[in-house]
Amino acid sequence: MAKLALAATSGKSCKILLGLRLLAFSATLSAAIVMGLNKETETFVVGKVGNTPIKATFTAKFDHTPAFVFFVVANAMVSFHNLLMIALQIFGGEMEFTGFRLLSVAILDMLNVTLISAAANAAAFMAEVGKNGNKHARWDKICDRFATYCDHGAGALIAAFAGVILMLIISAASISRLVQPNKCCSTTASPSVVP
Amino acid sequence: MVKLTKRIGGLVLRLAAFGAALAALIVMITSRERASFFAVSLEAKYTDMAAFKYFVIANAVVSVYSFLVLFLPKESLLWKFVVVLDLVMTMLLTSSLSAALAVAQVGKKGNANAGWLPICGQVPKFCDQITGALIAGFVALVLYVLLLLYSLHSVVDPFLLQKS
Repeated sequence: MAKLALAATSGKSCKILLGLRLLAFSATLSAAIVMGLNKETETFVVGKVGNTPIKATFTAKFDHTPAFVFFVVANAMVSFHNLLMIALQIFGGEMEFTGFRLLSVAILDMLNVTLISAAANAAAFMAEVGKNGNKHARWDKICDRFATYCDHGAGALIAAFAGVILMLIISAASISRLVQPNKCCSTTASPSVVP
Repeated sequence: MVKLTKRIGGLVLRLAAFGAALAALIVMITSRERASFFAVSLEAKYTDMAAFKYFVIANAVVSVYSFLVLFLPKESLLWKFVVVLDLVMTMLLTSSLSAALAVAQVGKKGNANAGWLPICGQVPKFCDQITGALIAGFVALVLYVLLLLYSLHSVVDPFLLQKS
């Protein structure tokens, strides 16, 4: 138990990296959940027969748009990656420099940075088309009718962009740890701290 | 000898990435088609969609950056900075490509739930050129991922072969 606590708390840069990973995990997880549960149903009057109006019910769901489906899946994958890295940092502190661990963490971080940035940008541009419409292509905007759907989507997008910035900082930190491998958790290598 | 071939390989990769990004940029800028139906004539340009404008800007930035790094001397200390900048450029490329793909997919297939009709039926040549630009952008992205791994390998010593 003391070894666990020591591995998690040794080195200020380790604590900062762990905090950043926790933040990125929560940001991407909340983005995935908010967009995944995004759904709104509205009834509109679409015409009149004589004097009685005809109503039709329309639903706006996230899986109507492939970009939003990609957004949910990518955010779920990146949050799982962050969870894995947090668990590795807390529970695997002694095996820091064995094999290709530092290299694989750096490469995985780089891949996840590109994944989350692609997903956040695709969803952002689709949301922009939904919000403003496109008069050249004769596409009507949908945000004036489905205001709650658009608001929830905007919240998920903000969380995902926070995740992008955090993942970029985390990836830069992982790459710099390749250059100076003795920066983190170096106290667990010496045998005197084992209780 | 090994170092020389590695350096030439890196230069060739960067030249190819520069060429691909430039090609994507040029193909998208020159895509323009005029179509008329029901006595209404409309012109489809790349500036109609915000995602395509972002794609052009991102590929322009990547092309200029690749061109500048081609001339960086071997002994310069800036190569460590090039690793982080390569990561940022890869992020730019992948985000612009995926945004343009998302919007182009709606243009090709439409979105029945939102009432958006596909436009590729009216302007097929424009759609084909956009597809070509997106393919070139994808090639540039793959080359940049390879470049990122290459610069990581040549600068950072990731296999920790030299214990400091």
